[in-house]
Amino acid sequence: MSSSGVAEDLKRGLEGLLVQVREDARGGITVEVLPDRLVEAAERLRNLGFDHVKSVTGIDLPSEKRVAVVYHLSSYTNPAYVKVIVALRTAVERSNPQLPSLSKVWLSSHYLERETFDLVGVVFQGHPDLGRILLPDDYEGPPPLRKDVVLKTEGIDA
Amino acid sequence: MTLEVVEKHLELLIGPQHPGSGHMRLVAKLDGDIIVGFDPDVGFVHRAVEKIAETKGYVQIIPLVERPPLVDCVNVNLGYVLALEKLLGVEPPPQASYLRVLAAELNRVASHLYGIAIHAIMIGSSTMFMWPLADREVLLELLQDLSGARVTYSYVIPGGVRRGLPEGFKEKALKAFRYLRRRLRDYDDLFLSNPVTVNRLRGVGVIEMRDAVNLGIVGPNLRASGVPYDVRRAEPYCVYSDLDFEVMTRREGDAYSRLLVRIGEIEQSMKIVEQCLDKNPSGPILHESFLRGLSPKARAYMEQTGRVRFPALFSALKPPQGEVSVRVEAGRGELFFYVVSDGSPTPYRLRMVTPSFRNLAAFRHVMVGNRLADIPAIYGSLDYFPPEADR
Amino acid sequence: MTGRAETFLSNAARWVSAKQPIKSIIDWGITFSLWPVHFTTACCGAEFAATSAPRYDAERFGVLPFVSSRQTNLLVIEGTLTKKMAKAAKIVYEQMPEPRFVVAMGACAIDGGVFWNSYNIVRPHEILPIDAFIPGCPPRPEALIQAVMMLQAKIRKGIAAFE
Repeated sequence: MSSSGVAEDLKRGLEGLLVQVREDARGGITVEVLPDRLVEAAERLRNLGFDHVKSVTGIDLPSEKRVAVVYHLSSYTNPAYVKVIVALRTAVERSNPQLPSLSKVWLSSHYLERETFDLVGVVFQGHPDLGRILLPDDYEGPPPLRKDVVLKTEGIDA
Repeated sequence: MTLEVVEKHLELLIGPQHPGSGHMRLVAKLDGDIIVGFDPDVGFVHRAVEKIAETKGYVQIIPLVERPPLVDCVNVNLGYVLALEKLLGVEPPPQASYLRVLAAELNRVASHLYGIAIHAIMIGSSTMFMWPLADREVLLELLQDLSGARVTYSYVIPGGVRRGLPEGFKEKALKAFRYLRRRLRDYDDLFLSNPVTVNRLRGVGVIEMRDAVNLGIVGPNLRASGVPYDVRRAEPYCVYSDLDFEVMTRREGDAYSRLLVRIGEIEQSMKIVEQCLDKNPSGPILHESFLRGLSPKARAYMEQTGRVRFPALFSALKPPQGEVSVRVEAGRGELFFYVVSDGSPTPYRLRMVTPSFRNLAAFRHVMVGNRLADIPAIYGSLDYFPPEADR
Repeated sequence: MTGRAETFLSNAARWVSAKQPIKSIIDWGITFSLWPVHFTTACCGAEFAATSAPRYDAERFGVLPFVSSRQTNLLVIEGTLTKKMAKAAKIVYEQMPEPRFVVAMGACAIDGGVFWNSYNIVRPHEILPIDAFIPGCPPRPEALIQAVMMLQAKIRKGIAAFE
């Protein structure tokens, strides 16, 4: 099934939810949704056949004062969707990044959301075990993947 | 005076300094001998690859992403360079694609031999620790002939590969495979059919198919639970769609079947490398657009020795704005890259989800209900490599 | 009365073992039984495992990786030391019996290596006394064996970091 066939399936399956389904020039499919519709969109995608999360990425966008959170989904069992990866994208406010957790919809997002909380600072409400996972427990300072944390670079201040 | 006996669960810390824990801490809650709760404490090797990648040029990131999964680096290198090439809109020439697959499959065999060796020492078979590590040296000699380094080859570069096939490589590789096939029979006699191994691993640490899918685990762990998912067949990259190989799957989902899947994949990888050596087309190993900037002297050097001179363009590669996601099948499972570029020489965001981090979800599920003495057997069978998971 | 005899005897033993022929014999014994503790710090651990493998066979130099930190006298910092792991490394070093030695393996253990600007690593020479630094990323197993031989020479000359 071509990726535009998948995009059509998604548009039909997510009807009425105020989502935007985009397909870019390289064939990547993105479903853009607002945070308050995130859980419902996720449940509908799971019922369509997307059964696991491959990655949860937090992208700090200080110029827009937002943090974008992207879930990459695919399927192990549905042969049409095994070949594609769908990006489920939403954005929260940078000063207070709160998002409902999708760990009840997809068990595979448990540790990925925890990592995004630890490194980007997004709080996932309803997550059963939100806490530090990669950074040491006594780490102090802003979440490291934010653009406020600046690392030394060669040739300039090393 | 009367004594009161209070029953409590024991919390056992199997800390970083332990032969059975690797570079992490395992926190096990025990009721007598049975594990009732399990929590892996990771982050001991978190070196912040994703943050450092935002300060380095695109070609400088190649050695950086190769370090976490050290024994399996060509596959990670390949995944990253495929993402970069997707952003640049560049397709490597055919000979380069075959060489990439050849290096990737040789590395897959080396990675599986390392995983089997660590699994064996964890359940007490020190001979099976020595034998695969010694046989892995044969493959490291082949890869050293091909790329110049024992591990961390940085062999795949944007637009192609760094070196062509050296003289006499095909004969050496075929001889190595004859040796390895004999050794696989020895492994079977010593370890796989050994009643001690079978009793230790059969029926231990079972992951049912439905749980494997829900937890999102990857690689041989997933295939041993009955899900025939392999990125090389699901979304073929490089020349995998032209190659003939089987996806090893088993149904039981226990530690023994995970071991058998890895042994089976060694044989399949050798088959793939033999096909690559047969079909190897002649031609350039680096894309035309990168060769254009080189001086005639550099090009003559390349023709003479078969080694690439990096064009000056590589020092400040600026892909167009956009984002891409790419997946490859690394030795331990599926590796996922998501690169966001803003048109500058360094990426805006590099996201790398390694197979070991995805397999972390299996720990809590699979350990509960087993005995304390089964922890090393199950841990080794999952082939979890902490530097890869923590990045 | 017994207390003074014990102190007298232990002082005497220390005086005798510092005298030349016995000191050489003790140092010779130490150099051929440098047992590293099972403490993998980061990715150089894979090349450390290859050093114990049949091709390079570290055991012919007396280097046998052993499970307990209470019975080993060599700590090999294999690769990058993160903040969380550094706390554990300090505890393991203090658990080891004396005389104890530390070898820093890899570019990351010298000055950070390819992760030099990471927010989560420490430089091992700032927290532990190191006898030999091995450059490489990862170093070849032959380099690790050369570092062990250098450490052996240092011990026999009496200039190891521990003294």
